[in-house]
Amino acid sequence: MVIKHKMIFKTESPWSDANQVMLKLDTGSWRTERPVLDIDKCNYCGLCALYCPPQCMKDKEDHYQADLAFCKGCGICAKECPRGALVMKPEGEFSK
Amino acid sequence: MKATKGKVSVMTGNVVAANAARLCRPEVVACYPITPQSEVAETLSGFVADGALDAEIVEVEGENSAMNVCRAASLAGARVFTATSSYGLVFMYDTLLETAGFRAPVVMVNVNRETPGIHAVSSGQQDLISTRDSGWVQIIVENNQEIADQIIMAYRLAEDHDIQLPVMVNYDGYYLSYLAEAVEMPQQADVDAFLALLKKQPPRPRIIPGASTGCGTHGMEMGYVEARYKHWTALDRAKKKVDEIDKEFGDYFGRSYGGQIEEYRTADADIVIVTSGSAAGTAKTVVDAKREEGIKVGLVKLRLFRPFPEERLTKALKGKKAVGVIDRSICFGWKYGPICMELKAIAPAIGAMPILSYIDGLANLDITIPHIGRVVDEVNAAAKGKTYQDVTWIPLE
Repeated sequence: MVIKHKMIFKTESPWSDANQVMLKLDTGSWRTERPVLDIDKCNYCGLCALYCPPQCMKDKEDHYQADLAFCKGCGICAKECPRGALVMKPEGEFSK
Repeated sequence: MKATKGKVSVMTGNVVAANAARLCRPEVVACYPITPQSEVAETLSGFVADGALDAEIVEVEGENSAMNVCRAASLAGARVFTATSSYGLVFMYDTLLETAGFRAPVVMVNVNRETPGIHAVSSGQQDLISTRDSGWVQIIVENNQEIADQIIMAYRLAEDHDIQLPVMVNYDGYYLSYLAEAVEMPQQADVDAFLALLKKQPPRPRIIPGASTGCGTHGMEMGYVEARYKHWTALDRAKKKVDEIDKEFGDYFGRSYGGQIEEYRTADADIVIVTSGSAAGTAKTVVDAKREEGIKVGLVKLRLFRPFPEERLTKALKGKKAVGVIDRSICFGWKYGPICMELKAIAPAIGAMPILSYIDGLANLDITIPHIGRVVDEVNAAAKGKTYQDVTWIPLE
């Protein structure tokens, strides 16, 4: 058998590195709603980041922002936010 | 260089397994006790409590966690050991597949026992068969000495940089687990010397806290195909490696087992019996007796079940007049026993000959000398052109 495929993994076992080759699911495409932040209500407590299942809340120094490449739109951040700073809004509102 | 003679003691198969594992210096051990393996877990815990083994024992609530702990520790770079049986083996089934897929070189003893379905607390190889396609290397041994030696060899195979696969060492529950026989346990310094080669290899990748690396992350599309292909080819490479390690072990310790298969009086044999595990010891006695009667019979003891030793078996069986296979398990949905089925798959390479399938020794029923004698007689008759029964469940007749 002649293998034309260019190997993705550098290792014998399927190891990958997030800074180089990280094979991952495009979970952002699963989303039907996204968290929208009212920055005036946010006090940077970090509960949203703590509860986020795929750990995609990015630390922006004075608030957290969901990385939409990975956010599945589960809404847990909005549910947990004690100040109601995060609100889930339908993706349809953001489509071009 | 030769190993110095080890201490000979009378030990059960389970105590032998624990001692052999101890000599390989595992750093993490996670075993959940299950009949007939419990003595392995107890003995290893005793070693750690007594300071005879410097390993972290992780007390888990079940086998699924045991394998998860072992895989994680292995990926973190540790040498690991675990042991299980039957219900325990199938309770860790998903993690068993992950361990193989992640290519974690875990060494595990599986003390063969019948599987769930009918609560058979008894010997049989059905557990091993149920995990056939898990991607593990599966080796079956015959006696207590072989348990000790094979566990040591298993680390050389699993952790070999060209292999990187988990290895399951199988021995018959009840027959070997609780059988006490004399075993020469190698000296610590000699086991250290035999395993020293592993330290000279390139380091394998490992999990480092804080580093953004991982194993087994979603292998999408071609990533999946590639990982599967590498795993598949590694299993193919393992066959020759088993032979090489066995030879090296023999040169150093003075005991060898033939590698993938052990051939007993096959060279000039007309007919061959194929079996595995402790039944192979009985079969050797029968071969000797039948030779006295003038039947040119030989025995192939299958040691490596996965990967299947296609080339070695072809070489051993090609040109023979008939083969009888004794399986200690059944193949649901296919008439032959599992080992017989595998052998049938290489039938074109070994030539057209009668291959008779026998099911025996389920649920602690002994594979006796008369049973194997009957197999030899029937295979001998089939070799001479007599009609034969394709599949025979010996205990039912």
